[in-house]
Amino acid sequence: MIEAVGLTKRFGAKTAVDQLSFQVKPGHVTGFLGPNGSGKSTTMRMIVGLDRPTSGRVTINGLPFRELPNAQRHVGALLDAKAVHGGRRARTHLLSIAQLSGIPEKRVDEVLAVVGLQDAARQRTKGFSLGMGQRLGIATALLGDPQVLLFDEPVNGLDPEGILWVRNLMRRLAAEGRTVFVSSHLMSEMALTADHLIVIGRGRLLADMGTQEFIAHNSAGFARVRAADTDPDGRETLGRALSKAGGRVLQEPDGALRVTGLELPGISDLAHAAGVRLWELSPHRASLEEAYMRMTQSAVEYTSTEDPRAELWEQDPLALPAWEDGPSAPEVPQAGFFAPPPPGAGGKPFLMPSNPGELASTAKDSAEDTR
Amino acid sequence: MAFSAVLTSEWTKIRTVASTSWTLALALIVTAGFGALISTAVAASFDDMSQIERATFDPTLVSFAGMQFGQLAMIVFGVLVVSTEYSTGMIRTSLAAVPARGGFLFGKLTVATVLALLVGLLTSFVSFFLSQAILGDHGTGLDGENVLRAVVGAGVYMALIALFSMGVASMLRSSVASISILIPFFLIVTNLLNAFEATREYGQYLPTAAGSKIMQVVPNAMGSAESPYGPWGGLGIMLLWVAASVLGGYLVLNKRDA
Repeated sequence: MIEAVGLTKRFGAKTAVDQLSFQVKPGHVTGFLGPNGSGKSTTMRMIVGLDRPTSGRVTINGLPFRELPNAQRHVGALLDAKAVHGGRRARTHLLSIAQLSGIPEKRVDEVLAVVGLQDAARQRTKGFSLGMGQRLGIATALLGDPQVLLFDEPVNGLDPEGILWVRNLMRRLAAEGRTVFVSSHLMSEMALTADHLIVIGRGRLLADMGTQEFIAHNSAGFARVRAADTDPDGRETLGRALSKAGGRVLQEPDGALRVTGLELPGISDLAHAAGVRLWELSPHRASLEEAYMRMTQSAVEYTSTEDPRAELWEQDPLALPAWEDGPSAPEVPQAGFFAPPPPGAGGKPFLMPSNPGELASTAKDSAEDTR
Repeated sequence: MAFSAVLTSEWTKIRTVASTSWTLALALIVTAGFGALISTAVAASFDDMSQIERATFDPTLVSFAGMQFGQLAMIVFGVLVVSTEYSTGMIRTSLAAVPARGGFLFGKLTVATVLALLVGLLTSFVSFFLSQAILGDHGTGLDGENVLRAVVGAGVYMALIALFSMGVASMLRSSVASISILIPFFLIVTNLLNAFEATREYGQYLPTAAGSKIMQVVPNAMGSAESPYGPWGGLGIMLLWVAASVLGGYLVLNKRDA
């Protein structure tokens, strides 16, 4: 059990962690989420006594870390995978840490096997990849078989197999009744791993709730509606009808409408009543990632602005929106000198005949090609 | 946390990095090598030396003539033992495992100092016997008056240099900063201040100037300047410097965020 009360850390004029209060309970994986620079690592460093809080306190099983007897047997932490002397071999690195708490040498070999580094045990750690470094860090955290485990960004640099392994390891440790506190800036990863979420931004607590609850609270659904392009007034007519019926309508850059507050059948009925033909009517759920982005966007420390590429080239006003991949409607010009020609015969968008009979002729051509 | 556990851990750490063996080996080779070289030169030109120099000739001190350069390797050893913890981030892994910072630092300094002392003693005895063999008739033996004190003292001097450097590195937390302060301080500042009558008044109280008196058997040997303290007094002054540096290192580690 980790408990923070009014935890605050200031570095000069900058407040890294601001009046943070939370509890991390045993038996769960608790995800600690926040954008880069939101104070996750500083909080973790304060939990293990590396940084002193400016005010407030944080305790582990009721005691501040520095007062824990035989701390390594209570708390294991992976804070920085690269925090090892590169000239030392993996096994001797672990051994030196184990000896600090009188942990037997046999345990070193055990944890090396747990993280799958048996074969690299005698390698110097400066040759380790980021993924191997993470595994070594996890091994260090597991040495004392502690009840409380802290992991700062443990999946950074791991391959998909490694990510799955970390996820299962966290869940297994929590199932054994341990307190597992994992930080990440990836909501999607935490949604799969954590039972409980603590979200911070600019050092302040934004949310402290169960993962399911967080999803229910934060992921709003919407419908995407696209009026037929052949009807020039269709979109406007439809938009007005939907607004009148109480829907909230936003226009996407490519002309589709994003509607909230109305059910799909209702939208269809309204379109029918207004005499507008539809080319698309699809349900969407905002992903957890979007909910998280929405929650933290005001709290993001480093925001990027659009790169104007001054004077380099004219911006294409009809560029495809980022979420629309692949070729779409034929009236989208193939402008932009960097755009490769779409696949298919004659550089034409495939299956998009502009003249009757064209499809049949291409089909015949390609049939001949294969012969 | 038992202190013995920290000692075991630090022993594992110190023996498993390459810098330990090369810095200590260099300290031995450079000290003994330069000592032998200068002994050869002295032996060849003994008859050309002035009356005073011949009267105060100190064959023991001649064997430690290489100390001026050999101690630089000891400084690097002392600095690296501490500063690599910071430069690699190992300190965070260590302190996340041991909350008691005082015990951690003193365990580290104890192991490194004992090792430096052993290598220092080996160095001083090797240098002594090598130089005495070269000096031949002009040389002396361990049974001479105060000779054993000077030879053991030379080993202790090397260990204290290393410990002083560890304290400084604990305060500065950086290899580059520590080495670029310590080496000019010992090699240039101390020597310059002691080269002139006017500044020697202060320069003689600097750690290496005071501590190196322990290596002299003949007082004011080889025409060197008089000092207001004896060999033990000089070592005492050096010990005060070392204590201040270690205390500073402890205060910084205990107070500052790691």
